[in-house]
Amino acid sequence: METKTTTSTVKGVKTNVTISGAEAVIKCLLAEGVDILYGYPGGAIMPVYDELYKYQKELHHVLTRHEQGATHAAQGYARATGKVGVAIATSGPGATNLITGIADAQIDSTPMVCITGQVAEHLLGTDAFQETDIVGISTPVTKWNYQITKASEIPEVLAKAFYIARSGRPGPVLIDITKNAQFEKFEFSYEPCTSVRSYKAVPKLELDAVKKAAELINEAKKPFIIWGQGVILGKAEEEFKTFIEKTGIPSASTLLGLSALPTKHKLHVGLVGMHGNYGPNKLTNECDVLIAIGMRFDDRVTGDLSRYAKQAKVVHFEIDPAEVNKNVFADVPVLGDVKESLKEILPFVDEKEHTDWLQEFRNHDAVEFDKVIKRDLYPLKEGLTMGEVIKEINNASKGKAIVVTDVGQHQMIACRYADFNQSKSNITSGGLGTMGFALPAAIGAKMGTPEREVVAVIGDGGYQMTIQELGTILQTKAAVKIVVLNNEFLGMVRQWQQLFFDKRYASTVMTNPDFVTIAQGYHIPAKRVTKREELASAVSEMMQSEEAFFLEVCVEKEDNVFPMIPTGSSVSEVRLS
Amino acid sequence: MDEKQTYTVSIYTENNIGVLNRISAIFQRRHINLESVNVSKSEIKSVSRITLLVQVTEDQIKKIIGQLEKQVEVIKAYYHTDEATIYQESCLFKLSTDLLTENDEIQKVINSSKSRVININKDFFVLEKSGTKEEVEELYHLLDKYGIKQFIRSGRIAITRDEMRVSELLKGN
Repeated sequence: METKTTTSTVKGVKTNVTISGAEAVIKCLLAEGVDILYGYPGGAIMPVYDELYKYQKELHHVLTRHEQGATHAAQGYARATGKVGVAIATSGPGATNLITGIADAQIDSTPMVCITGQVAEHLLGTDAFQETDIVGISTPVTKWNYQITKASEIPEVLAKAFYIARSGRPGPVLIDITKNAQFEKFEFSYEPCTSVRSYKAVPKLELDAVKKAAELINEAKKPFIIWGQGVILGKAEEEFKTFIEKTGIPSASTLLGLSALPTKHKLHVGLVGMHGNYGPNKLTNECDVLIAIGMRFDDRVTGDLSRYAKQAKVVHFEIDPAEVNKNVFADVPVLGDVKESLKEILPFVDEKEHTDWLQEFRNHDAVEFDKVIKRDLYPLKEGLTMGEVIKEINNASKGKAIVVTDVGQHQMIACRYADFNQSKSNITSGGLGTMGFALPAAIGAKMGTPEREVVAVIGDGGYQMTIQELGTILQTKAAVKIVVLNNEFLGMVRQWQQLFFDKRYASTVMTNPDFVTIAQGYHIPAKRVTKREELASAVSEMMQSEEAFFLEVCVEKEDNVFPMIPTGSSVSEVRLS
Repeated sequence: MDEKQTYTVSIYTENNIGVLNRISAIFQRRHINLESVNVSKSEIKSVSRITLLVQVTEDQIKKIIGQLEKQVEVIKAYYHTDEATIYQESCLFKLSTDLLTENDEIQKVINSSKSRVININKDFFVLEKSGTKEEVEELYHLLDKYGIKQFIRSGRIAITRDEMRVSELLKGN
């Protein structure tokens, strides 16, 4: 802890000069190591923008084309870097436009700080121009929020905001600052926040729980691991790999856990969930010990809970106590930071190989390959499949790219087939299922990791929800590769209509614009592929491009994503057709 | 386990703007009605105590406690059955002063219910009663026929038989 007399520290900033609240906001962001933020100006946040103008060398502000884009860009940045993403907007509509991204960050545990301008304190509650109760509106979808009405509150509240956003189970924090507080002058000093008395970021790891967990794991004949994003958020990829390699346990990922372990790792048995792999879904109901690591048993993972892993003892490694026993009862909960827990348990677990058990997964893989994967990746029919596009991207990227996906069929296909060699390479909207996420998230991911290739794979529906962010790409020259898989349908909804609503395609047919022309209008090189023989070279051209590139692939219109666990079914009822 | 029953929820929080909103949103999201709400100081300086009454299953309330404690400004949350607490609700009745002069019926009700007159003037008097929800309801029914001009009841306040150890939690940080 720093003392009040410190004049300068690594992170702390102490000055005795009087500055405005608006300038203090910038100084706090700089003290927190922020070098980029995404936003959109407007009346109530103008004093802060005026300071952003003055500090533009230190702090890069990216003007998105819509505030929602700012939040998704901040999310993409956070997911690619592991750092806190920052979005900024004005009061009223600027603030309400942030809500979708905030809700997305909340349910997907993404560290994000949103700053909104607010009308002056004396106007609060008067229905002033662009006044909205954003603190009230954002309460259910934020980890924490606060309204600042005095400049002197800014340093402490922003320090707290960053601490809360990044610590424990991360999440979004919104800070609303009235305009008078932005103008007001005060004596600025900054100290990073290291604790909040009413908030316990990480529960204390109990050695007893670790030993009990190890006992169950050692006795198991058919242990099975499902890991989630907790492994990535907890920076525990190495510990996780060491743990599974020692215990030899077949391990499957949730949607958001993907890329924590290289796709081709011998113990990686695929993806669980509604459109996950056949083996891990089916064998969830055959394992004797289910080890959940940093995952929350989402309904898209479990299917019918009353028929989910009932035969298994459950060990749950989790940082958030509210997740334990929420959906699935844990025989042994191991609360704590997963990095620490996995390190702690390692000496207690036996070195093992589960050859026969692992083979059962591989046998299921063979069935899935025959029934599903073959026709997705090596189609014989004329129309292009989404799967073969992902396969080409894998070939070109060698599994090194960050793949950002939107929501729908293309997302499931991309997450099923994309190769990941490196952590933080899968960025998608999981819990909230936000169409329109991918394009702005890819911009943020690229800016956060300029050295990496970032490929956004998007459906024709979701693309049009935030298509205006092409303007952000034009202005910033973010070298994002955009692949739109166009089937002229809202494909996932259409698939459900086909399977469960007797093909009544209510409002799922899309009459689309010329996407290539639109991209070209934003001066983004663009190409359309309609035939298989053009695909490989077009993908390769896109990947080799030094700048942003748009590729539209016209795919088979009425393809379905399988395997599938229909709503209300058990994981063992996973369908292959 | 799965039957709904009345639980008293005690939540120790920081005394900040918006905390009650954040807490009530957790119940709203789960489509649960708050039967009574009380916010007050607690035994710890600058710490508020929110007392809620809800009708839910034990499984539900356990999960809700987890969600409540997850809130940054919540220090600790507990749930208790009626047996585990000593609780009171307070109520006020506004009645016509004429009732006191007409006969001694109302005086008998006052005496038997252990309520007390806390204000009186030529037009009306105010009767105060503290007790369980049932005692308050019973008095309401007794007075109903005399014409109640105004009635108000407070939220439940409850002291638990168990120790809370919230001060220790705060020291731990």
